[in-house]
Order: sequence, then C-alpha cells, then structure tokens
Amino acid sequence: MKNTAAAPDYLNANYGIWSWLLTTDHKRIAILYLISVTFFFFLGGFFAVLLRLELLTPAGDLVQADTYNRLFTMHGVVMVFFFLIPVIPAVLGNFLVPLMIGARDLAFPKINLASWYIYTVGGLVTFWAILNGGVDTGWTFYTPFSTTFSNTYVIATGLGIFITGFSSIFTGLNFIVTIHRLRAPGLTWFRLPLFIWAHYATSLVMILGTPVITITIVLVALERAFHIGIFDPALGGDPLLFQHLFWFYSHPAVYIMVLPAMGVVSELVAAFARKRIFGYEFVAYASIAIAVLGFLVWGHHMFVSGQSVYAATVFSVLSMFVAIPSAVKVFNWTATLYRGSISYQTPLLYALGFIGLFTIGGLTGLVVATLGVDVHVHDTYFVVAHFHYIMVGGTIMAYLGGLHYWWPKMTGKLYPEFWAKLSAMIIFIGFNLTFFPQFVLGYLGMPRRYHAYPEEFQVLHVLSSAGASILGVGYLIPMVYFAWSMRYGKRCEPNPWGAVGLEWEAASPPPPHNFDQIPVVSGGPYDYADKRNRGG
Amino acid sequence: MEELLPLFPEQASSLAASVDALYFFVIGVSVFFSVLIAGSLIYFFVRYRRREASQVGSPVHGSVVLEIAWTVIPLAITMVMFGWGAKVFFSLSRPPAGATEFYVVAKQWMWKFQHPEGRREINELHVPLGVPIKLTMTSEDVIHSFFVPAFRVKADVLPGRYSTVWFAATRPGRYHLFCAEYCGAEHSRMGGWVTVMEPSEYERWLAGESPRRTLVATGEEIFSQRACNTCHRPDTEVRGPSLIGLVGKQVRLTGGRKLIADETYIRESILNPGAKVVAGYEPIMPTFQGQLSEEELVQLLSYIKSLGKSAGGESAR
Repeated sequence: MKNTAAAPDYLNANYGIWSWLLTTDHKRIAILYLISVTFFFFLGGFFAVLLRLELLTPAGDLVQADTYNRLFTMHGVVMVFFFLIPVIPAVLGNFLVPLMIGARDLAFPKINLASWYIYTVGGLVTFWAILNGGVDTGWTFYTPFSTTFSNTYVIATGLGIFITGFSSIFTGLNFIVTIHRLRAPGLTWFRLPLFIWAHYATSLVMILGTPVITITIVLVALERAFHIGIFDPALGGDPLLFQHLFWFYSHPAVYIMVLPAMGVVSELVAAFARKRIFGYEFVAYASIAIAVLGFLVWGHHMFVSGQSVYAATVFSVLSMFVAIPSAVKVFNWTATLYRGSISYQTPLLYALGFIGLFTIGGLTGLVVATLGVDVHVHDTYFVVAHFHYIMVGGTIMAYLGGLHYWWPKMTGKLYPEFWAKLSAMIIFIGFNLTFFPQFVLGYLGMPRRYHAYPEEFQVLHVLSSAGASILGVGYLIPMVYFAWSMRYGKRCEPNPWGAVGLEWEAASPPPPHNFDQIPVVSGGPYDYADKRNRGG
Repeated sequence: MEELLPLFPEQASSLAASVDALYFFVIGVSVFFSVLIAGSLIYFFVRYRRREASQVGSPVHGSVVLEIAWTVIPLAITMVMFGWGAKVFFSLSRPPAGATEFYVVAKQWMWKFQHPEGRREINELHVPLGVPIKLTMTSEDVIHSFFVPAFRVKADVLPGRYSTVWFAATRPGRYHLFCAEYCGAEHSRMGGWVTVMEPSEYERWLAGESPRRTLVATGEEIFSQRACNTCHRPDTEVRGPSLIGLVGKQVRLTGGRKLIADETYIRESILNPGAKVVAGYEPIMPTFQGQLSEEELVQLLSYIKSLGKSAGGESAR
C-alpha cells in the first residue's frame, strides 16, 4: 500500500499560487488554515505583550485607558474567534479526519475551501476594524455598553465574527457528514480513533451553537444602528437577555476549543505509550456527554448578574455534572500509561503538559462553579487564570503536541528534537509563571480588565509579566524551527513513531488522494498488542 | 512582606470566614487530585519507559469497576461542593430581616451612596461595625458591579432595575471597593473605599454634617411635590391603589396576571405606569420618565416602603 518515492505527494503534485488558492484537497486547505491561524495567533499574542507590559506598574502609564481597553478586547476577540475556535479542527482536523477514516477527502471538498475563504474574509473584516481603531467592549460585548455607549467599531468587529461563524458551521457540517458516510469498510464507530470521536462531538457543538451567536450579533447591530429596544433598558430591552444568548454559544465554544484538544491528547498518549487508550468507550462517550452537557451550563457565567438564585442553583449543579466526563478522561489517560511502552518524545511532553494544566484548569472550574465562592472570584483574575489554563494550557499545548506528532505526516520532514523538547519545557514553565500568580491575585480581589490597580498587587503582576515573556520565547522557537525544517529538516520515514492508525498507512506526505486503495479495517484503533503478535 | 506581597485577603464581614472555609475545601480537593494525577503520571512515565525500540504496551484495555469508581467518587465530592456552595450563596443573597437599607446609584464612573439618615457620599461609604446593611442598587447607564473583596460580596448593578447586596462588617478599617463589571474607559478607576467604624463613631460622623432630612422625609416631600398624593391617598382608593404595605405584597394586574410588588416593579410603575396596571384601575397615571433622577426615585421608594412599615406596626429606624 505504501507509495513509491517517485509518486507525487500533495505538496508537489502541482505548483503555483492558484494550485493552492483553488485547491479542494483537504490537506492543502489545512495548510492554508495553518498559515491563517498562525497569523492571528501572533496578532493576538502581540496584544497580550502590550497588556502584560502595561500591567508591570500599578499606574496606568504605558498606554491610555482607552487603548488598554481596546487591547484586551482585541486580544480576546482575535484569540477566541480567529485562533482558538478554528485552530485544531481547521488545521489538524482538516488534515487528519479523512486520513484517519480511510477517505480520499472530506464529503464536501468545495464547501471546505469555501469555509477557509469565509474565515479569511471574516478575519480581514475584523482586522480592518482593528486597524481603524478597534473595539473596546471586551470580547463579551455586554449590553447596553456595546449597543448604546461604546464609540468604537462594534458592528464591524461583530460582522467579522458573524462571517467567520459560517466557516465554523461549514467545517462542522463537513466533518459530521464525512464521519457518517466516508468511513473505510470495516471501520465501525467503536473502531474510530478518539480524535474522530472528539471532532464529531465538536462538530455537533459548532452547528448547534454557532447560529445563536450569529443571531445575537445581528440583534446587537440592530439595537446599535437603529435603536430597536432589545437589550438596553432605556429602550425597553433586557440586558440579561444578551448575556443568556451570548453565553448559550460562548460557553459551548469553550468545548469547541477543548474537545478536539482532548482528541489530540488521546492520540498522543496512545502512540507514545504504544497502547490502547484505557477505557476507550468511556473516553468516547465522555466527548458526547461534554458536548451535550456543555449546552446546559451557560448560566454559571451569571451567578452575580441578577438572575434568580434558583436559576443559579440549577446552573451550579449542572456545571458540576459537566466536570465529571472531563475527569473521566484525565483518569483514563493516566491509566493508559500504566504498563505502557513510554517513549520520551516531544509530542508526549506536550500531552503530559496538557493533562497537568487542564487538570488545574478543570479543578479551578469547580471553584467557580461553587456558588458561594464564585460570588467572590467572579470577574477577578481568578477567572482569567482559570480559563487561560483551559484555553492556553489545554488547547494550545494539545495543538502544539499534535503539530509535532503529525509534522512528519504533513511535511515529510523531522523537526529538531532538542529544540522541540527545550521549547516544550520553556512553554510549560513560562505558562505556569504567567498564570499561577493570577489565581492568587484573583482571590485577593484584583478585578479583571483593570488598566490601573492598587499597589499591593504589583509583585504578583510582575511575576505574571515575567512569565509571559518566557512563554513568548517558548512560542517563537517552534515557529522558527518548523519553518526551518520545511526546507532543511531531515527527510523522515513514512511512520517515524511506529504508530498505528490509518493516517500512518498513507505515505508521508500523503499523495493528493491519500490512499491508492481504500484500506479495509479489521480491528480497533490502537492495536499495538496485535501489531507485536504480527511481528510488525 | 505582608504589605509587599499579600497572598490572602482580609476577612472583614460576618460571611467572609464561611466563604473562605468553602474555598479551602474546594482547593483542598483540587490539590489532592492534582497531586494524585501528577504523581501517577510521573511514576508511570519513569517506571514504564520504553527499554527497546520495538517494545509495545501491555494489552490492558480498561476496567468497568475503575470507570464507575472514578465517575461516582468525583460526582459525590462535587455534590458536596454544590450543596455547601448553595448554602453559602443563599446566606450571601438573603439579607437578614431588619437590615439597615442604604441606596446606591452607579454611573460611569462613580458610586453614589445615600444613607437612610440622608447623608450622601461619592466613592466613599461609611458603615457602622456589626450592623447588617443592605444596599439597594441601580445604574444610570451601563452594567456595573459592586465588589468589596474583604467582605467577599459582589453583585452586578443594572440599569432599569434594582439589585441588592448585604454585609455585616466585623472589623473596623478601610477596605477597597471595586467595580467588577467592565463599564468603559475609566472602569479601573471606578472604585473607592468602604470605611467600617464603631457605631458610636459612626453616629458622630453622621452628625458631623449639618442636619439633613432623612431619605424617607425627602421621599415624602417629592411625593407631595409631584402630586402623587392626589391619587395615591391613604383615605381613598378611588383613582389609584393604596401604597400602604405594597412592597413584597402580591398584586393582581389587569388581565389577571399576578406578581410580587418589588422595588423594580414600583420603579417601572412610576416611569412607565401603563405597563403593569393593577386590576380595577384605569391607566390614567402620567409617566415620570425623564423627570426624576435615580436618586429621587430611590428616595420615593424609601418613602413608599416606610408606608408599609408603619402600617405593619414595625418601628422605623
């Protein structure tokens, strides 16, 4: 089944800019997305650098308050909507979903290309709004501030998010149909890799949740442009209605970010312990449980908002429930290492980093789900630290782990192992130094979105900024060596990790149509024990 | 050291210790599980490292017993967190009967306070030690949030409705007051101080200013100035319903709907009288939208609430 070296792969099958911009090959589209999301990651990161520099001193002295407010808003908007939500599904998912299920492409290759264009147009609209002065509402766009009081580019930014939402819906739709219809013969649901289960669950959230944020943006624009009273009480509206609608999407959006990350981690742990994931079925069902329960917990963002205490009580108990499937996954990954054959490669370091940081993020999620404590920590740096542990410690660690693991598959080249291990350590240390002090700050009462702050918080803020500079270096190193390895990296074998999985049965990099012959599947996804028995 | 690098906030209210105890419980559970997981990962990482290149893992597939255990045990622990958290939350949300009522109006970017005795402050709030104090709060513009970390209390302050927060201070001192909901350009400067004083000192502080009318008296004056009393009279209910004992009472509206008359309902009925008319009355009341400031509205409100108290025989403060 292995291709001969002479057969063209997807990278050199044809050349020229239009062969990329008009491609319908899911692998090339994944590369287009990789370039786009990397741009937005560094744009969002640039805003973060300025934020952390400002917070070195208690006085608001580096930038004006107005500028600071725009910076944290644009950091949030860019990172959430243009990096974290698309990153794993659109890059790794696009590349791997067809390969992992033995298909030649996604079910709708043209819609897949359209989704990248829609994402890019949405991103450019928001980027245009940023260049023209940006927006200062916070990424949460709370009303009536966003609809009546802000003098910044609310509608333009919202339009960018509105447009990009459709790329999310298209990707989700494509994955669901592909996973239902294009699985290789013999690839039953419980033979699917957990990466696929996670992407299936994510796709459900994408197509069910995204329309709600889309509608909400339209309502904000209507009130802002035409003073139709929807959210502003001065116009007869209800500001809490906005919060309900916003979080009905934006809480599940956290699972759009973290479910695919969990899928990646399952693959990494299995590959580098050379072992079936412990409790495979439970991990698969946990993804579905998270996707479903994730839609029922939005009110935990509103415990002090003025919603009824009974509503708050219900949302608190449901939020406790959603923690359970996440815990089940963590226990199962840990148990997978038991009696494994563990290889200390970079992707596994990232996976372990993910498990550690996600565990802290998840457990501090219990702190904010506990009603009596949330009253105190709500809207403080405790919450900031908590969600960065999930989104940065979780999603970005998993993304980088996945990128290293599948880099040989995507490019046919190896990355420099020493630099990769070093940067993984730098990122882990820098991340904790940045965000751990923020838990302490939050419980002390430091509110979020503060341009200036009382002096007694300075030492912890300086620690956090110092950590951020280490973290920044940690992110730049992989950027450099990945670019380097594309040209100068050592050519690798088709399967450098000795991993099982259909994606490793194709050549590295794969030919344009992935498989000359569609594989026939006769066993589970992580059959390392069988592989040994077969002597392979 | 303590001043340079504080690690834990002061406890200065009657509920701070119970919030902290709950926090320590959740953190304790978190530390236990973090150590358990990190310890297992590191142990397995070292113990089961690959010794030869072709080695694969043992065929361990799973264990239903373990799956049930690590579902049920965390579920039970989180239910304890939930129950305990709800208990603390209810005590934070429900002011004790007889709490002294202050009024707060928030706007971009200041906090305006009115004491029941009539004294007003901006970005400074003086309160007596040990007395339960209930703040009834509203906003003139966007959403703000009243947050005093030393008291472990926080509540959003919304335009168009009233929200409440309560505390009983337990230690004299000066404590940070923050706005915790992002509210625009000067959000980070929308703060101030809460000063807790011994009751005797507080009385002296109140008396330090030239004598003022109490909130209730000011409200009564507005009530007659605006001619509210031509229709809402204690002796007749011909044109408008009686306001005596109204707050907290169930009222029937035209169309049969029932609701509990709370502060937000009374505010709405002053500004938009046609919205929820009491059954049996014509919608003839004029609107006061744009004619009364939020401060005057809370003064009226405190007068209307005082009507209930005298009728119920409860002594005013």
